Amino acid sequence: MGTGLLGIEGLDRSEIEAYLNRAKTFQSHGGSDFKKLDTLRGKMLVNLFFENSTRTRTSFEIAAKRLGADTISIASSGSSVSKGESLVDTLNTLAAMRPHAIVMRHAASGAPHFLARYLDTPIINAGDGMHEHPTQALLDALTILDHKPALEGLRVAIIGDIIHSRVARSNVHLLSKFGAQTVLCGPAPMLPQDMGKLAAGVILTNDIREAIDGADVIMMLRVQLERQHETPFPPGDYFRFYGLRPEHLALTRPDTIVMHPGPINRGREISSEVADSQRSVILNQVENGVAVRMAVLEKVMGA
Amino acid sequence: MDPATGHDAVADVAVENGRIVAIGPDLDATGFEVFDATGMIVAPGFIDMHVHLREPGFEHSETIETGGRAAAAGGFTSVCCMPNTNPVNDSAVVTTYIIERARRLSPVSVFPIGAITKGSLGEELASIGAMKQAGIVAISDDGRPVMNARVMRRAMESAKAFGLPVINHCEDLNLSAGGDMHEGFESVRMGLRGIPACSEDVMVARDILLAEVTGAKYHVAHISARHSVEMVRYAKARGLNVTTEVCPHHFTLADSDILPFDSNYKMKPPLRSCFDVEAVTEGLASGAIEVIATDHAPHPGSEKMQEFERCPFGITGLETAIGLSLEQLVHKGRVSLMRMIEMFTVNPDRILTLGKGRLTVGGEADITIFDTDRKWTFDLNKSQSKSRNTPFHGREFLGGQVASIVAGKIVWQLG
Ligand SMILES: [Zn+2]
Ligand SMILES: [Zn+2]
Repeated sequence: MGTGLLGIEGLDRSEIEAYLNRAKTFQSHGGSDFKKLDTLRGKMLVNLFFENSTRTRTSFEIAAKRLGADTISIASSGSSVSKGESLVDTLNTLAAMRPHAIVMRHAASGAPHFLARYLDTPIINAGDGMHEHPTQALLDALTILDHKPALEGLRVAIIGDIIHSRVARSNVHLLSKFGAQTVLCGPAPMLPQDMGKLAAGVILTNDIREAIDGADVIMMLRVQLERQHETPFPPGDYFRFYGLRPEHLALTRPDTIVMHPGPINRGREISSEVADSQRSVILNQVENGVAVRMAVLEKVMGA
Repeated sequence: MDPATGHDAVADVAVENGRIVAIGPDLDATGFEVFDATGMIVAPGFIDMHVHLREPGFEHSETIETGGRAAAAGGFTSVCCMPNTNPVNDSAVVTTYIIERARRLSPVSVFPIGAITKGSLGEELASIGAMKQAGIVAISDDGRPVMNARVMRRAMESAKAFGLPVINHCEDLNLSAGGDMHEGFESVRMGLRGIPACSEDVMVARDILLAEVTGAKYHVAHISARHSVEMVRYAKARGLNVTTEVCPHHFTLADSDILPFDSNYKMKPPLRSCFDVEAVTEGLASGAIEVIATDHAPHPGSEKMQEFERCPFGITGLETAIGLSLEQLVHKGRVSLMRMIEMFTVNPDRILTLGKGRLTVGGEADITIFDTDRKWTFDLNKSQSKSRNTPFHGREFLGGQVASIVAGKIVWQLG
C-alpha cells in the first residue's frame, strides 16, 4: 500500500505540523506574483471524483499545476453511490494508468481505504462519505493559525449536522491532537453521544449559545440534505435553532472568527450578514486550500 | 461423549448398516473397518440449525452440494437451511425440490425451514401445513423479519397447530434502516450508519409477548444484543417455550475488532459491542442460550469487492464453528466440553425434533469426531464452500473437526 493521506486520525502531531509548516511557505504563492514550480514535473496525478465538488477538485488541480504535475480528472457520471460505477472497474483502469498519486472523493465512507488495499499508488482522501476529509482539516488549521498564535488551548465550536459530517470528524481529530477543545453542537438526532468519545477534549451540546460561549473559532457545517435518509429535524426550524446570525456574534469576543467549509447555504445554516462580515474567514479558507494541497501533493508524490 | 445421556467415557462405537450397534469399552473389532479416534472426542453428529445454502436461485454463491460439503468439512452431519432462496421456500414444491436435491447431492442431512409468509414479504401466511407435510422443520422469514405484529401472531398460532417452531431474525427494520454496522462508537468513528442494538431488542420483546399469547414454540435466531439475552432469560423464567441461538462470530468478535471497511466483517446482526459479546457468552454459560448455529451466509467475492455500504450482509461459518467454540468457550473455561457438544447436538434437536443429536444403540450412526489440542490454521483456499467471505482466514485454532460420519458413512475426514 502506498503512503497517501487517508485521514487525520492516523497521523501524529509532527506529521500534521510538517504539512502545515510547508503549506505556510506556499501561502505567498497565492497571488498574481505566483511562479510555477517544477517539483513534480513529469508526474501524473489522477483526480477521481465520484461526488461532485468543483471547489475541492479545482483546488487540487491548481495545487498540482503549481507544482508542475500533470493532472487527469475523472468524474463519475453519477454523483450518488447507488448509481455510481463499480469500484473494481475503476481499480482496473487505475492500475493500467499507473499514476503517481490519486486524489479521491467518494460518497461511501471507506471507499479510498478499499482502493488503497488493492493499489500500490498512494491515495489522498478528498472526502469519503461521513468519515474523513483530511485536507479540509489541514486547511482549517492553517486558517486558524493565520488568526491565532497556536491551536493549543483554543475553544472551537463546530455547529450543524455533526453525524453526517466528515469535516467535523477530521477537525475533531486534528484539534484534539494539538490540545484544543472542541464543542460539537447540533440537533440531538445529528449529535450522537458517542461523538464525545471520538478524541480527547470534545464536549457536546444541543444549545448553540452554549457552544459559542467563549469560543475562539466557530465552524459552521453545511446541512447535508443528500446524506439524510430521514428528516431528523424539521428543516423549517433549523435556521431558528442552529443558524448562525448577527445576534449570536454579539455574544462572542471581537476576535472570534467564523469558518465554513463551503459551499454555504445562506439562510439555512448561516445568515448572509455573518457570512459576509468581518469575522468571516471563509475566503481565507479557500485560498489556504491550495497551499495545503500543494504541501500534501509534494509530500505524497515527491518521494 | 453424549450430552443426551451424560455418557462420558473412553469407549468404542460399533456401526453396522448405518446404525450404532454397540457402545462400550474394548469392543471386538473383528470384521469391522476401524477408525482410530484415540485421544479424540466422539460425539453425536453436530447439527447446524441455521445455514443458507442459496439453492435454488443463487447457485453462484453456494449450492446444496457445496454447502453440504462445507458442512461435512466443518464437522456437521445435519443442517437446516433458511428459505430465502429464489423462489423463496414458501411452498411444498420448493421444499420437496430442496429435499430431493439434498438426498442426491449433499453428504450431510438437510432439513429445510419454510417461509412464514408468501415470498417472505411479511403479509400473507405461506402454505405452512403443506410445507410441513413436505418436510420442513420450522418456519422463518430470516433476513426479512415479519414487521407486522398481527401477521406474526397468526403465524405463531398456525405454527403451534402444526407442531412447528417459529424462528425469527429479530430486527425492527425501521430502526435499522440504512445501517451497515453496530451503532456505537465504532460506527461513529468510521462514519458508517448504525444498526442499533434496540432494533433487535424491540422485536425480541414483541415476539416473546406474542409467544405467551399464542403458546407457540418460539426461537430467536442469531441473538447478539445483551438486552435481548436478558429478555430470553425472562421468557424462560416465565416458563415460555422460548429458545435462542448464537453464532460463533458473535461470541468471538466485537465491533472494535472490525478491520476498517473490510466487508468480511459485515453481517446481520452486526458485530456488537464488547458488552454484548460478554452477554452472549455469559448467556451460553448460564443456559439462557442453548444453541450454537453458524448463519453460514455465502456471497461471492464480486459482491464483497465493493464499498462497505454496498456489500451484502453475511459471512460463511461452517468450517470454523468448532474451532471458534473451543477457542472462546471451552479453552477459556466459560463452558464445559460436554455443554459445548450439547449446544451442537441434543439442544437443536429438542427444538426441531429431527430425531438426531444422540448416540444410541439402534439409532442412526451420525457421528462427529473432533480433537481439542491439535494446532491448525484455517485456510480459505481449502474451503469446501463456493464463497470466500469470512474474517477468519489464517486464524490459528487449537482443536477442531477430524471426521464427519453420516448414517455410518465417513463423509469427510481430515486430509
Ligand atoms: Zn438472519
Ligand atoms: Zn440467516
